[in-house]
Amino acid sequence: MTIHLSIVLFLPLATGLIGAVLPRGLARWAVLAGTVAVLAYAIVLLADFDSGAGGLQYATDDEWIAELGIRYQLGIDGLNLFMVVLTAVAWVACTLVAAFTEHDRPKLFFFNLALGETAVLGAFLAQDLALFIIFFDLMLVPFYFMIGGWGTGDRVRATTKFVIYTLAGSLLMLAAAIALGVLSTPDGGEISFSLAVLEQRGVSEGTQHWIVLLFAIAFFVKAPLFPLHGWVPETYRASPIVTIALLSAVLSKVGVYGFLRIVLPVMPEGSQHWQELFIVLAVFSILYGSVLAFSQDNVRLVIAYSSIAQLGFVVLGIFALDDRGAQGAVFQMLNHGLVVVPLFLVIGVIAARAGGRESLSELGGMAFRAPVLATLFLILTFATLAMPGSANFVGEILILFGAFGDKLVYGLVASLGVVLAAVYMIRVFQRTMHNRAGPAVESREIDALNLAAVAPLVAVVVALGLYPNFVLQRTETSTTAAIDQARGVAQEVAAR
Amino acid sequence: MIDLLAQPAQVEAPEIDYEAFSPLLALVGGSIVVLMVGLLRPRFVRHVLVPALTAVTLLVAMGLTIWVWDPGDQRPIIEGALTVDTLSLGLSMLFYVAGLVCVALSVRAIAPREAGHGEYHALLLGSITGMVVLAQSSDLITLFVGIELLSIPLYVLCATDLRRATSLESGLKYLVIGSVGSATLLYGLALVYGASGAMQFDAIAAAIGSDELSVTDPLLLTGIGLAAVGLAFKASVAPFHQWTPDVYQGAPTAITTFMAVATKAAAFAIFLRLFDHALGEAQPDWGPALAALAAVTIVVGNVGAIAQRSLKRLLAWSSVAQAGYLLAGVVVGTTLGLQATAFYLAVYLLMNVAAFAVVVARERVSEHGDDLLSLDNLGRSEPWLAWPMTIAMLSLAGIPATAGFMGKFYLIDASVAGDYTWLGIVIVVGSVISLAYYLRVVAVMWMGGYEIEWPTLPRRRVKPVAGWSPEAEARAQPEVAVVAVLFAAATIAFGLWPEPLFDAARDVGTALAGLG
Repeated sequence: MTIHLSIVLFLPLATGLIGAVLPRGLARWAVLAGTVAVLAYAIVLLADFDSGAGGLQYATDDEWIAELGIRYQLGIDGLNLFMVVLTAVAWVACTLVAAFTEHDRPKLFFFNLALGETAVLGAFLAQDLALFIIFFDLMLVPFYFMIGGWGTGDRVRATTKFVIYTLAGSLLMLAAAIALGVLSTPDGGEISFSLAVLEQRGVSEGTQHWIVLLFAIAFFVKAPLFPLHGWVPETYRASPIVTIALLSAVLSKVGVYGFLRIVLPVMPEGSQHWQELFIVLAVFSILYGSVLAFSQDNVRLVIAYSSIAQLGFVVLGIFALDDRGAQGAVFQMLNHGLVVVPLFLVIGVIAARAGGRESLSELGGMAFRAPVLATLFLILTFATLAMPGSANFVGEILILFGAFGDKLVYGLVASLGVVLAAVYMIRVFQRTMHNRAGPAVESREIDALNLAAVAPLVAVVVALGLYPNFVLQRTETSTTAAIDQARGVAQEVAAR
Repeated sequence: MIDLLAQPAQVEAPEIDYEAFSPLLALVGGSIVVLMVGLLRPRFVRHVLVPALTAVTLLVAMGLTIWVWDPGDQRPIIEGALTVDTLSLGLSMLFYVAGLVCVALSVRAIAPREAGHGEYHALLLGSITGMVVLAQSSDLITLFVGIELLSIPLYVLCATDLRRATSLESGLKYLVIGSVGSATLLYGLALVYGASGAMQFDAIAAAIGSDELSVTDPLLLTGIGLAAVGLAFKASVAPFHQWTPDVYQGAPTAITTFMAVATKAAAFAIFLRLFDHALGEAQPDWGPALAALAAVTIVVGNVGAIAQRSLKRLLAWSSVAQAGYLLAGVVVGTTLGLQATAFYLAVYLLMNVAAFAVVVARERVSEHGDDLLSLDNLGRSEPWLAWPMTIAMLSLAGIPATAGFMGKFYLIDASVAGDYTWLGIVIVVGSVISLAYYLRVVAVMWMGGYEIEWPTLPRRRVKPVAGWSPEAEARAQPEVAVVAVLFAAATIAFGLWPEPLFDAARDVGTALAGLG
């Protein structure tokens, strides 16, 4: 047992608590220091990670609640390594921007930010189903407060809707998880929620069907994917920019990550049973998200709906049950997160230049005196629309190749999404950067603070586009193992 | 004649195990002492000594309870009329804690002032005595004696705010409804006795298990049905819950707190003993019916709460919903169910006390009374009250890292393991509905209009009540804040490290042998 991961996990929360007792102005620096420390730790993990080894590394396994069979089990493998890195990177960037912004009740805000990082890291690191759900639900709390307390417009309504949607999903998942734990327990055995144990024990196929469905509801809400995305527009509109960047970049990944970590390995038959449905929903999300992204006037909502489309790609890749597809999905999870954070920060800058306006019809002409801002935005635009040469291109191609194998028709339809992405992203770029300057738009260069947050992320995005193998070789072993069983079941069914 | 007097009648005195009986004796003794001391005039005696003596009585009873705590041991005392086991002792601890809370919250309350401190506190102890008798009862007679002994003082206590019409209304309403419930229960118990021919729970269980009494005997089933209805009134299980919001709102808030947590625990103690023990053999008969009641209660309670503005009414409806969750643990009729119910009762006490304490604190100083608006922007003005309320609400909603999450987890676990998976899902659906009103409370406290500049807090206008309550005194209520913070902290602590509560629940689980 090692304590590495526990330190990474609880460091942000600890700094948040320290910040709460420090004088008003210092809380932000404490939390920022915590996120930077987590990032440093994550980079060390990245360097130290053994990409050839299968199974968990740095595993921690302790008894927590014996009566309920819940263990404090953490570990890193190829599936969550880059999710942890993504979380660390996104939080540093967003905390940095937040630290230099004036906040009402700063202590509370930064405490929530810190708690959010701990909860998200916990969900990624957990190797016990109950522990995963605990962190999965817990991360709602800070986001509930951040959106409701520091948002704009109809924020209370938005945040309530967000929490009810998400918690409705995750409480159903809780019931399903408990049922999974109880029903998989052999007679006279001790109940356990450890993923490894659950994978070994398994439950009957009929039970798997409804359990997978309840899990999928939770993950679809979180992602968000059609048709459970009802909370998206209001929440995206009302959130503070920093919060929504994190929500979109990191929290959305927890749901799809759950498919790979829990659903496919533990319930392969159930996953195979719903494979077709999930793929259809994924393809529909791609088209639906793309079309809506094209028709939105609010910049944030364009990104919101484009996220739905991108997450659709990820789910398509996962449920293609193909090595390349799954690899592409994991890679795309990272890419989307890395692109969305700077994208939202840039939108924050744009909105600030336009007196808080975020409507495309009121923006424009921003590039005139701000070449650096425009360049950064252009790179991010290209990355989002999966221009060849970008990491997103590699991810989406892998996903589509994966889908072409067995699900050719769906793959072809999904390819349309790549085209549509070009349409809506270029529209956003033009309407903000070019065209006639909007009435209240002030064309001014990106400020040093946002540049410091955005530029490194853009550099990482470019670097990953040049050398995608850095990620792919580290994720390969675990990703293949995650879908292996379900793929076996699918092949068996196909052979019959 | 003279011979008769000279020869004392040969009455066989029952064997009394005074050691096991001691907590009950302490309560009765304390109650009498408090009542007598309360007759003395000095202000110090009434305002300090009487509450202190009450608290000491409860602490002594707690100490004695810990002293006789012995998992797995079942001592029938007084010829088997009462059973001292971990179930009764464990739940008694909850009654004592609720009693202590009630004493603390009553320190600056109007009710004891008007009704007389001695009477108020003696009645409180009397009600707790009734609860302990009820939790220990192991035959039908003591069951009924216990339930009356707990109810009658409560009818009076609800009406102790003598000058407030709603308080009197609350007492009267509770009296009428409570009597209906008692009568139904009594009728049911009589029929159970008629069918089984036995008074003692053990004997009833044996009779139902034997060949002579079929589990589908109409007399028995009618009896079980009526007894369930009678108890459902006490536990505010829908559709017998209509009194709850009115009574909770009208009663003095300290008493409401006590009723919400202790009466509920007492009602479930006897639910467990009567149904899981005495009538355990007939579980296939009453299980589905009680499960249906539980599901209805969960939905009715949660939906009813959504429309509430008054915090006391909101918590009343929420307590109806919680009764539904708790009933799920009874329905399955297993040791796991018993443990989960006991665990949830403890958790329920923690989070409700935290919430009610904040209501007490706010309604004394806010011009909005117990309206939701009394919490407006509390996160800014009084974080020491806002945090406990927030934690209580999140815990009631079942958010992780709070004890409420563990409690719900345990109950769903028990439901699924007892082949009532659908009831587990109903619990989950109920929790989702409940978010609508719990989150509203949180939002009012933290998400008020912060765009407006608030340089200094506006001075609160305090409505003087009965010629008392100057602002200064109304503001200074440290004991209420301490109760709120303490119980909220415990809610979080047991959410992160629930092992002690699980140990206690496991001990309680040993009480009813022969469960699946």
